[in-house]
Amino acid sequence: MNMQAPSRLVARRSPGPDGESIITLAALAVGGQGGGVLTNWITAVAEANGYRAQSTSVAGVAQRTGATIYYIEMCRDTGRQPIFALSPSEGDIDILIASELMEAGRAIMRGFVTPSRTTVIASTHRIPAVMEKVAPGDGRADGKAVLDAMGISADHVVAFDMETVAKEAGSVISSSLLGGLAGSGSLPFPKESYEEVIKASGRGVEASLRAFKRAYDCAAGNETPPQPVAPVAPVPVLAVPAKLKKAWTDLQDRLSRLPAPVQEMAGLGLKKTVDYQDVAYGSEYLDRLEQVAKMDSAPFKMTEAAAKYIARALCYDDILRVADLKTRATRFARVKDEVSVKDDQVLMLTEYFHPRFEEFVTTLPAGLGRKLSRSKGVEAFYTKHFDKGRRIRTDKLGGFAMLYLVSSLRPWRRKLMRHESEMKHVDAWFATVLRVAASDKALASELLANYRLIKGYSDTHARGLSKFARVMGALEMLEGREDAADWMRRLRIAALDDVDGEALDGALATVASFASAEAA
Amino acid sequence: MAERSFAGEVEKLKLGAGETFSGEGILAITKALLENGVGYVGGYQGSPISHLMDVLADAQDILGELGVHFEASASEATATAMLAASVHYPIRGAVTYKSVVGTNVASDALSNLASGGVTGGSLIIIGEDYGEGSSIMQERTYAFAMKSQVWMLDPRPNLPSIVKSVGDGFALSEASNTPVMLQVRIRSCHVHGHFTASDNVRPSMTVTEALENPKRDLNRIVLPPASYLHENEKLTKRWPAAEKFILDNNVNEEFGDAAGKVGLIVQGGNYNTVIRALNRLELANIYGDTDIHILCLNAIYPLCESQILDFCDGKDAVFVIEEGQPNFMEQTIGHMLYKNGCKTKLEGKGMLPLGGELTGQITLDGLGTFFKTHAPEMLPAAKVAHNEPSPEIPDLSKVLPPRPPGFCTGCPERPIFAATKLVEEELGPHHIASDIGCHLFSIMPPFDLGATTMGYGLGPASASAFHNASKDGRKSISFVGDGGFWHNGVASSIGNAVFNKNDGVIVIVDNYYSAATGGQDILSSRADNKTKQTKNSITEAVQGMGVKWVRQLDRTYDVTKMRDTLKEALASTEEGPKVIVASSECMLNKQRRVKPQMAKAVKDGKRVERPRLGVDEDVCTGDHACMRLSGCPSLSVKDTGDPLRDDPVAAIDQTCVGCGNCGEVADAAVLCPSFYEARIVSNPTTAEKSRAKRINRIVSWLQKRRDARRIAFA
Repeated sequence: MNMQAPSRLVARRSPGPDGESIITLAALAVGGQGGGVLTNWITAVAEANGYRAQSTSVAGVAQRTGATIYYIEMCRDTGRQPIFALSPSEGDIDILIASELMEAGRAIMRGFVTPSRTTVIASTHRIPAVMEKVAPGDGRADGKAVLDAMGISADHVVAFDMETVAKEAGSVISSSLLGGLAGSGSLPFPKESYEEVIKASGRGVEASLRAFKRAYDCAAGNETPPQPVAPVAPVPVLAVPAKLKKAWTDLQDRLSRLPAPVQEMAGLGLKKTVDYQDVAYGSEYLDRLEQVAKMDSAPFKMTEAAAKYIARALCYDDILRVADLKTRATRFARVKDEVSVKDDQVLMLTEYFHPRFEEFVTTLPAGLGRKLSRSKGVEAFYTKHFDKGRRIRTDKLGGFAMLYLVSSLRPWRRKLMRHESEMKHVDAWFATVLRVAASDKALASELLANYRLIKGYSDTHARGLSKFARVMGALEMLEGREDAADWMRRLRIAALDDVDGEALDGALATVASFASAEAA
Repeated sequence: MAERSFAGEVEKLKLGAGETFSGEGILAITKALLENGVGYVGGYQGSPISHLMDVLADAQDILGELGVHFEASASEATATAMLAASVHYPIRGAVTYKSVVGTNVASDALSNLASGGVTGGSLIIIGEDYGEGSSIMQERTYAFAMKSQVWMLDPRPNLPSIVKSVGDGFALSEASNTPVMLQVRIRSCHVHGHFTASDNVRPSMTVTEALENPKRDLNRIVLPPASYLHENEKLTKRWPAAEKFILDNNVNEEFGDAAGKVGLIVQGGNYNTVIRALNRLELANIYGDTDIHILCLNAIYPLCESQILDFCDGKDAVFVIEEGQPNFMEQTIGHMLYKNGCKTKLEGKGMLPLGGELTGQITLDGLGTFFKTHAPEMLPAAKVAHNEPSPEIPDLSKVLPPRPPGFCTGCPERPIFAATKLVEEELGPHHIASDIGCHLFSIMPPFDLGATTMGYGLGPASASAFHNASKDGRKSISFVGDGGFWHNGVASSIGNAVFNKNDGVIVIVDNYYSAATGGQDILSSRADNKTKQTKNSITEAVQGMGVKWVRQLDRTYDVTKMRDTLKEALASTEEGPKVIVASSECMLNKQRRVKPQMAKAVKDGKRVERPRLGVDEDVCTGDHACMRLSGCPSLSVKDTGDPLRDDPVAAIDQTCVGCGNCGEVADAAVLCPSFYEARIVSNPTTAEKSRAKRINRIVSWLQKRRDARRIAFA
């Protein structure tokens, strides 16, 4: 807010005549997290313990999901009213509460965390900001950098996932933050007085107290806080009907003959392809993989990349696939769990579909599909009568049956126009990979990984394809260079970074420039 | 009224003499109005003074008992004009609004009011929205006080001082026949503290009594020759009277040792910050006891020359600590000192930054510099140097994502801008004029829509210059909220476009409330309101203004329809503005209303459907196209843990309110089939339950049948 950064004076507050001193506490929250409730609780606790307290906040638009600061000052009551400041000052904060990891980082950046002075009470969970969510790839910020900075800049750190503590107790984060504060011992107030204030607040008291207690114990070190659980992949167990057992075990034998380092990834890929289509498809997957493995050597990085991206390439997302996934028993179970449907409740389920002319024709037998896709008349007719959003009720027999029928076209998938075009694309890509692999395995691995660029449906899918084409197009400029693989990786990252492909344009221009420079 | 109840706050307004009031600053002011026999109150909501309006609107019974008239003014101009009731009648009146924006709107009425002067105490409570947390342009209200010559109070930011200033304000206004501005900053309004209450007082004259006994005085009416008389009267009568009152009643306070060789002149509102800085320099204790001579101006306009000169007399240097720019007070004080041949060195801006908020650190550094320069002996040695070397703290500026405010979960305005984004993707970029209100968040990611914002209700007005010479050329798109529409958009934006045959597209965002200011009712609100006439149709008002092309959309969440209507408007060759009224209730307020109702219905065993959106993570490919058209807090990214996948997929959390936007967007933009809407039915009918059971049996039979013929994930 200030217009110039003057030479910073560092100065502590001096205490009152009776040794009483002002305690400053700033809470950084994301709008809607109940920072106001937390502030009122802390103020009430202080006043209940014979302290004078003052809280301030900036409401207004900051309430609407933005970052907000609440500020509290308190001082032992000696009969006189201290002069409390109304906003937090750099270098003058005793206790800093952050309701989200990046907000803790923001507090550090703003100078609210001072070595040998500030106790930081931070929840380590993440609420990704819009900028992090809109990246086509993974745009999420680096939490570790903030945790490290906290360690350096704070006097004392109490940091754990208080969101999870609150959730598990059926409460909201304000309760667990209060628990973290109480447990940190940074305020001279007994645990009971905090609990009294929560009880007095009236709403959701039991849950709040549970969250408070757990967070208190975590902060005080009596209990280990909830650890960040690495997201567990749904354990891929295959249901194999008796009459397909033999065929499946044959595939597994082939799998077991692949180099050990790639077994896991290849196993996943094999299961995915078989689940996607059938046993024969799994065997086609292994055919390709074995070709790569033959050209590879320890540590078989190229083969591992192949195991991953060939599976991805073979399992393209078409209407059959979506219809299949949406009508599976496992899927209904997952939905029920996600939206937490109790036994005495009924679930109504509506799917959002919008099949365009492209999806329609590509789901037809190749010949017919090609024929129709050329006919403007048919396209116009379809667009006029069918090209609109479809709401399909899969909790009703009609809707379910429709999707079930589409999914049961699977045995004929190989004959469909979409499959033909997909395989043409995959073959071309795979051929290039094999050719390059002969001379530059690292580069070949990057070419395999480029398939990551192809994802999404309709327009998004088309954009992905064109990005893929442009990145692959740089191959001829890079092939034969020492740093070819590295540049190919950079191009892919650039392509993932932005939607409009400006970063990619830049990267391609750079490559072109040094390529031509060397040619000259 | 807003879907929030202020019953608790209203109780505090009933406190009697000797009882302790405990609460926020702005509520303390509200109570003080009643204690000072105010006869009528008006204003326009906005941070940081919305609370005053909200609470009084819920306090009709108390106001009725006291004979106090309260109204929610149509605009700040209306509110200020309302003070005309105190011109001829000895009635105390108070109005409130956000400044500087509100004062801009009010300034016409303000000039007229100030010219004729007042008989009854007239108080304008100014919510100074300046510095951190401000949502508006950074200007000072001080200039308005100077140009219209209305006095300005800026009390110390503690409840007793703020409450006292309300009484001082009324008395000062009556003593000098001049309206008085009471300036309170954002944090003063939201500061939690205590003061000892007095009994509420009935107004000495009610508006009813005035109405029954009309008065007029030609000399108070702004028309020559009276207007020349007024200017003279301001300078010869009212100003001296004001200075006399301020001095006689010690409105300004002095602290510290008058014999000190240096002194500080401080705005009341900055007093606490200054004391904290002095404390950190070991020049004051935590109670404000200090040897430093301080003149604390609770009345910052007018400045009393005699008081300033007395204070500076015998001092080597004086430091004027003034927030914001231009530094009007410093200039005036410098002028006084120079004219009187005073040798005291004047410091101010320069030691302080020219502009911006006086934060703790800035004030500390400013004072440090001042004392080092003019009284180094007073400064403890330890404080002179940078006494605490701080370790290298890693730079996180590259890591931290910005977190600007945005649309709430389920906001009905999100789909409007999703639709606009789709239109732009199809037809290319347009000139888009934005307005004031929640919808201004469209300028933020992920929408990045909107080129200018020119003031409340002025969105379409700010596009009025864009007349395309070619009939079928590109049109401008402008937005205005329902709040801005009624505030002055009807005439300034819609009327102007009709009269000048502007062909632009105007989208009126109608969410049933003045939402950004806290969900107050306005003319087009759909709620019943005992004291207000609501349910006035925006569409009919627009047609009444002469707009021929109007489309009313009653469900903004229908993104496809929203997009097609926008395209139709942009394609239309009809002359004059194309107005789209996009209506859906503000979700924040809707949830406040509906949630308790639903909970109760479920308890009572009634059949209740609760909608929620979800994403099929194995259908989602992690391209995040949906988020580039949403930015909904409940729609986020999550890891699948599947080694075959690189990117996090979309996921919708428990906070989803089932507005359906993501599904609608996925449909309209043809993104993907990953989204589903789940309606959880509590207390379903018996028929419903058995039907569900029957269907489940058939479905699971079909599923088993299919799985018997293939290898698939179990």
